[in-house]
Amino acid sequence: MSTNSFVPAPIAQLPWHFLGLILALGGFGAVVLYSAAGNGGSFSPWAGSHLIRLSVFLSGAIMLSRLKESFWKDMAFPAYGVILLMLFGVEILGKISGGSQRWLDLGIIRLQPSELMKPMIVLALARFYDMLPSGEIRGWTAVWPAAVMIGLPVGLVLIQPDLGTSMMIALGGMVVMFLAGLPLRLFVIGGAAVAAAMPIIFSQLHDYQQKRILIFLDPESAPLKEGYHITQSKIAIGSGGIFGKGFGNGSQSHLNYLPERHTDFVFATMAEEWGLFGGLGVIIAYILIARWGMNVAHRATTRFGRLTAAGLTMTIFFYFMINLLMVMGLAPVVGIPLPLISHGGTAMMTVLSCAGILMSIERSSRRRSGIT
Amino acid sequence: MRKWPAKIVTEAQTKFTFSRRAMVLGGAQLAIGGMLATRAGYISIAQNERYSLLAESNRVNLTLIPPRRGWVVDRFGKPLAINRTVFRVDIIPDRLREPDRILGELQKLLALTADDLDRIRSDIDEGSGFQPVEVAENISVEQFAAVSIRVQELPGVAPAEAYSRSYPEGAAVGHLLGYVGAASAKAYEESKDPLLLTPGFKVGKEGLERMFEPILRGEPGARRSEVTARGKLVRDLAKRADVPGKTLHLSIDGGLQAYASRRMGDQSSSLVCIDCQTGGILAMASMPCYDPNSFSKGISHLEWDMFSHDDHLPLINKSLQGLFPPGSTSKPMTSLGFLQAGIDPLATINCTGSYKVGGSLFHCSQRRGHGPIAMHEAIVKSCDIYFYHFARLAGIASQAAIARKLGLGEKFDLPVPSQSYGTVPDPEWLLRRYKKSWSMFDTVNSSIGQGYMLANPLQLALMTARIASGRKLEPYLTAGNHPKAPAPLLDVSTEHMAFVRDALLAVVNSGRGTASVARLPVPGVLMAGKTGTAQVRRISMAERAGGVRSNASLAWKQRDHSLFVAYAPADAPRYAMGCIVEHGGFGASAAAPLVRDSMTYLFDPDKAMALLEAQERAWGGTIKERMDRKSAAWAQAHSKAPTETVPPPDNSAAPEIANLSKADVAPPPAKQDSAPVAVETLPDPPSAEPTPILAPGFGNDVAPQ
Repeated sequence: MSTNSFVPAPIAQLPWHFLGLILALGGFGAVVLYSAAGNGGSFSPWAGSHLIRLSVFLSGAIMLSRLKESFWKDMAFPAYGVILLMLFGVEILGKISGGSQRWLDLGIIRLQPSELMKPMIVLALARFYDMLPSGEIRGWTAVWPAAVMIGLPVGLVLIQPDLGTSMMIALGGMVVMFLAGLPLRLFVIGGAAVAAAMPIIFSQLHDYQQKRILIFLDPESAPLKEGYHITQSKIAIGSGGIFGKGFGNGSQSHLNYLPERHTDFVFATMAEEWGLFGGLGVIIAYILIARWGMNVAHRATTRFGRLTAAGLTMTIFFYFMINLLMVMGLAPVVGIPLPLISHGGTAMMTVLSCAGILMSIERSSRRRSGIT
Repeated sequence: MRKWPAKIVTEAQTKFTFSRRAMVLGGAQLAIGGMLATRAGYISIAQNERYSLLAESNRVNLTLIPPRRGWVVDRFGKPLAINRTVFRVDIIPDRLREPDRILGELQKLLALTADDLDRIRSDIDEGSGFQPVEVAENISVEQFAAVSIRVQELPGVAPAEAYSRSYPEGAAVGHLLGYVGAASAKAYEESKDPLLLTPGFKVGKEGLERMFEPILRGEPGARRSEVTARGKLVRDLAKRADVPGKTLHLSIDGGLQAYASRRMGDQSSSLVCIDCQTGGILAMASMPCYDPNSFSKGISHLEWDMFSHDDHLPLINKSLQGLFPPGSTSKPMTSLGFLQAGIDPLATINCTGSYKVGGSLFHCSQRRGHGPIAMHEAIVKSCDIYFYHFARLAGIASQAAIARKLGLGEKFDLPVPSQSYGTVPDPEWLLRRYKKSWSMFDTVNSSIGQGYMLANPLQLALMTARIASGRKLEPYLTAGNHPKAPAPLLDVSTEHMAFVRDALLAVVNSGRGTASVARLPVPGVLMAGKTGTAQVRRISMAERAGGVRSNASLAWKQRDHSLFVAYAPADAPRYAMGCIVEHGGFGASAAAPLVRDSMTYLFDPDKAMALLEAQERAWGGTIKERMDRKSAAWAQAHSKAPTETVPPPDNSAAPEIANLSKADVAPPPAKQDSAPVAVETLPDPPSAEPTPILAPGFGNDVAPQ
């Protein structure tokens, strides 16, 4: 990369390609949220805070990118342990207060440990496989510690109950296991076992979770009740057509037919006004982000860097994938927002933390390979 | 635990595995991205039309505005049925939150009774949810305002302005016009027209309102408005005004219709007036009658009970559905038949007061007999013996032929839900209907309009109008049917006609006739007419021996029917009337004065009105005042009965009317004790030996249209 003398080196060295995609998605999210406020659009209540969060968390991500890869390697296990403890803490607090609780009130901010666990499981497992000698990778010792590390947080989040988040933690962990080189048949057998256990798992789900799955299978069965979300979301996307109804003209969102129009169903809000073009734009942007992340992983010089980068990229991708599958009626309604576009700090913080770590790994790899 | 297959894995190998598997994941990302893009494309391109429609139907709420119903006006353009602006409150069950609280509020605001609340609750439970349920109609402006300002705290409650049908003449036009009411569930099932579910929309349920429904209804307006998911109105997008129904012009003279109805007082009566030049029906009054104003609002079970238990049959249009023996009012017609058959009008018979046919003794109205009498005097004095005798000579065929020519037994092309068209008996009919052969006895009975002979008041009026005009007039009700050319002349000798008309003039004006009381108090206008009295009970020989009881001493149901037919002016007939007062006594005592005053109204309305107002004061007020008092008294006597408010039963099904008439109604005879068909031959005045009639004549053919 050529260095422009007018721009200080640390800024010039930032991965602007990647940051540009994030800024574009975040900015587009602000535009959509501006319109979603109704009455011709407004910064309050959503677009303004969305932009503030975007700038704060993006600055944070850039600062994280200045940290060395070795920092993440060193903090992986201790931080994992702390967050696991916090998950226990949430559970215990919930028991005491007699209700389900997902966050810890730290006075200044409400911390949602399950959300922090999404990138952390990747870091911790990457660290674990980094420590594991290459020869052991096809042995039993490569499996059970990882299974425990995944199983504990997933179990804790599942009983909160938060199906979506626990699923994402499990997926993130399994991606790292997969990339670490565990025998393929392990995944094949595991997948078969999960499929066989589906009826049992289903019966163990909460009523509302079961209902969501049943309605996903047949949304028109309850068009005015539980199937309402999916039906209205599809109406919003479908009525947008190719070019959309235009900025500020989405009737589904503005007349309150679309539920959660600023959070989980923001993609539908966007697609109603921006049409298929807006939708394809978002999809392509996410694919490009994922490609950039996977390239970082390919170029990473260490095993830890490779596994972390690929794992975090997949974590970001899972958000995008599950959310879009849900709003387009291909998956049951699980409360997963579309990061960078949905209003809400938690997911944006998680995704931009992932981005920060990714940039940090990218920077470290560049230095080590001496390309700068 | 079995070890994994021993396989030495090096750092380089793990890196290679990573690269390969990362590429697989990258490929999976692309595949999922492609799938999502395809899905988005499928929804927004292939299903765009479907979802656009759904989004539009989400956004836009189409509200129907019920059309204003067409007016009904009389021949002079005077309104008989109009629309009044009223305030109403409905509930849309789908939008109703906290029904108990809201119904409680409404109960306070609108002073609803517990019965009202029960009705509203059951309507909400049984309704389809989107179909509004009526809470109250015809509420005061204050109540309307009270609900309107609280509408934000009352989700699901919809106050609205609407039109309500109003009949200025009230009960006087009830049977003629019918009434309107909410469409029945069955009607909606059949047409699926959402207008039928719109609150405040009414359809014609009876009479002309029902028959002219397609003309009177009009086209609904519509309001397209943008609404939020919670049903809150954002803005009106477009409004299409309703197209009011067309005005229906009737041949009716509203003033005469009202006058005749009022003049009937509390009697059970019917009067039909026909224009002798055109055949147009000027009045078709039938009393007592329900008030179509209150019927259109929906009446209580209590009121309905009152109407169905009333022996004066306020639910039956006697002008069309009531069948009565014409009695002596048929004598002009019978005379025409005699003349046609070649009977010499100067031929006499000695009336001794009774007449033997076979083994039976027939009596005359005049117990002592009229002495030698010819046709003219026989009509004037209504001598039965004359008609018995010459009917035997003339035979039944000529009688039946002239009766049919004058419109008896005929079903007319009128826009009415049902008309009973009666019977003109002859041997062929009796054989077909009752498998009995005709006897001389039947001929004699028919000669004075009794036995199997039955007619409705419209037919009596038309018969009179045809005699008066000599033309084959066809009755019509709507101005559009006004004939372009005069009706063709009847196939009856003008000399015969002139003879009978002269006799009818003498009935009223000679001083010798039975209807001197009916002489018109209008200078220069003479009325011609004929009385009739029909007995409804069997007078036993024992009673006759001890003196026939007077009508006044009998229970109402046992008294004779009083009939009168007339036309005026006698020299240039313009109006013909047929009238019956059920159980009204002699023809001259009830029906004739009614016709006289109604006819007076046509020539000198002020004089007639002055008379009527004095009479109404004596009767205790106007029709409405007397009806209200009666309802109140009934309500007090039957207050234990449930008072749930219901719309009047949907009488749009003709068979129901038929059932009703069979069960409760006198005219079509079902029960011997009350049915007028069970009438025994009785000339007026009723002092004769009963004519033995073997079977109560089931001779009426009811034709529900």
